[in-house]
Amino acid sequence: MPPAIMAEGLVKKYGDVTALDGMDLSVPEGTVFGLLGPNGAGKTTAVRILTTLLKPDSGHATVAGLDVVGDAGRLRSRIGASGQYAAVDDHLTGAENLEMVGRLHHLGTRRSKERARELLERFDLVEAGDRPVQGYSGGMRRRLDLAGALVADPPVLFLDEPTTGLDPRARAGLWDVISELVAGGTTLLLTTQYMEEADRLSDGIAVVDHGRVIALGTADELKDQVGGDRIELTVTNAEDLATVRRELAPLAVGDMRTDAAALRVTVPVTHGAASLTDALGRLAAERVTVRDAGLRRPTLDDVFLALTGHEATANESATTKENPTATTTAKEHSR
Amino acid sequence: MNALQAAISDGMTITKRNALKIKRAPDQLGGAIILPIVFVLLFAYVFGSMIDVPGMSYREYMVPGVFVVAIVSGAQITGYTLTLDLRKGIFDRFRTLPMAPSAVLIGQTLCDVLMNLTSIVVMAVVGLAVGWRINSTPYEAVMGFLLLLFFSYAFSWVTATVALALRTPEVFNNVATVVSMPLMFLSNVFVDSSRLPGPLKVVAEWNPVSTIVQGARELFGNTSPAMPVPGAWPLQHAVATSLLWSVLILTVFAPLATRLYKRAVSR
Repeated sequence: MPPAIMAEGLVKKYGDVTALDGMDLSVPEGTVFGLLGPNGAGKTTAVRILTTLLKPDSGHATVAGLDVVGDAGRLRSRIGASGQYAAVDDHLTGAENLEMVGRLHHLGTRRSKERARELLERFDLVEAGDRPVQGYSGGMRRRLDLAGALVADPPVLFLDEPTTGLDPRARAGLWDVISELVAGGTTLLLTTQYMEEADRLSDGIAVVDHGRVIALGTADELKDQVGGDRIELTVTNAEDLATVRRELAPLAVGDMRTDAAALRVTVPVTHGAASLTDALGRLAAERVTVRDAGLRRPTLDDVFLALTGHEATANESATTKENPTATTTAKEHSR
Repeated sequence: MNALQAAISDGMTITKRNALKIKRAPDQLGGAIILPIVFVLLFAYVFGSMIDVPGMSYREYMVPGVFVVAIVSGAQITGYTLTLDLRKGIFDRFRTLPMAPSAVLIGQTLCDVLMNLTSIVVMAVVGLAVGWRINSTPYEAVMGFLLLLFFSYAFSWVTATVALALRTPEVFNNVATVVSMPLMFLSNVFVDSSRLPGPLKVVAEWNPVSTIVQGARELFGNTSPAMPVPGAWPLQHAVATSLLWSVLILTVFAPLATRLYKRAVSR
């Protein structure tokens, strides 16, 4: 079966800024694919190209077998998209927003109304459905926006940072909704800055940096690639740091990191809890006072550090271009 | 559904959306009703007590001019609303839908012409109360109102074009004010343009606003044989030239605005 989403060598430049630098993607039908990367990595630009909002400078892409440039018109009836900034009309009620989308999909007035009711029910917005969106919480807006992307029951769905800016409860709620959705066989491409989100929702993950895919695999494969579990130890006395490094070197399966200011050592290990017990035993024998010790899975920062040599979050200032208003400014400067 | 049916259906959907927005946030409608009342009263009593026009009352002379001033400012709502919508994600949603791209602008301009109709009705009532009279046949009077509405619709596309080129509400407002003030005052709206000095007279007489005002005056019968006959060609054939202006503006600015819309949303 041909992939539901396929991209080859996508390039997009904004003046001097290269947003996409030859991005390749292949997403099998019926799977969830996560584009994981920091702000400015090119995730939003990729989604805007795949959803026909933007034309690539070079390279090509197909979604549901249709070219995103040549077949843009036909493609629009086969995709649903929900962006970082909830695309809903404040003055319209939730129901009116969804009915409008239905009519613009040419479903007809009656079917549009029915579909709006169905989706309000599914997204737990029935009570709020007849109130203007103005009074909605952030989580409710995102749910309504997601419902808007589903009006025409599209086979391919794009969600651009669906939970950015939401509180943990709203985020968990949205994750449940998305999980249910993809259980029905929809192909989903989602972008996120959170490893946990990609982990929880995606079958395949592409790590993106500077407009390119730098690593590809399942969540577990990626974590293993950066060393799997790691022990994080905090000591009481700075002079113990050297002892810790010496004693734990045999357990480490990659570079140990020492944060002298925080009196913390991070050690990549392979045997999980057994390695932690082993480590604590070795340090007790050396009479090192351990203030805190724990085992944790790699975070996005760990994956990033391992793959790129720079921290994911440190990218922020140079690359605010994912924000549409900032894009405008950048472009205006370049003229 | 063929392409044309789809475009009409989408245009109606967007018109309905804009109408709902006006209903929920009636501040724009308030502006469209109150400002014209202020215009009529202010100009009728301030200028009306200072300026004489030969053969008729100044109020009768002035009211068609104030109609045009109100629709020139009213048409700016189109551009302003578009700049506000550009800031939100709603146009992204529209662009990922299989809808006609022109529908957003058609819906917006149609809705604003309804708002302008409201303004004109309110102004006509207030005008009648302060001494404006229609001295023509009912048929001509209806044609007069249609002429104004057609021009307001065409002018909405001009403000849409400017707004989509500038893209920010603040910049749009500044530019719109700077452009529309001379357009309104360098004309025959408040004064007899034939009495202006040299170059100002030429500019005022060829200003499309003057043509529309003269056309409306003729159709409402607010002219006087005692007034000097305007020298410029557009003013001598004001009704025909007004229609020509409106058609010309639409032909140029509707495709231009649609192109700029596509450009503005594909960033």
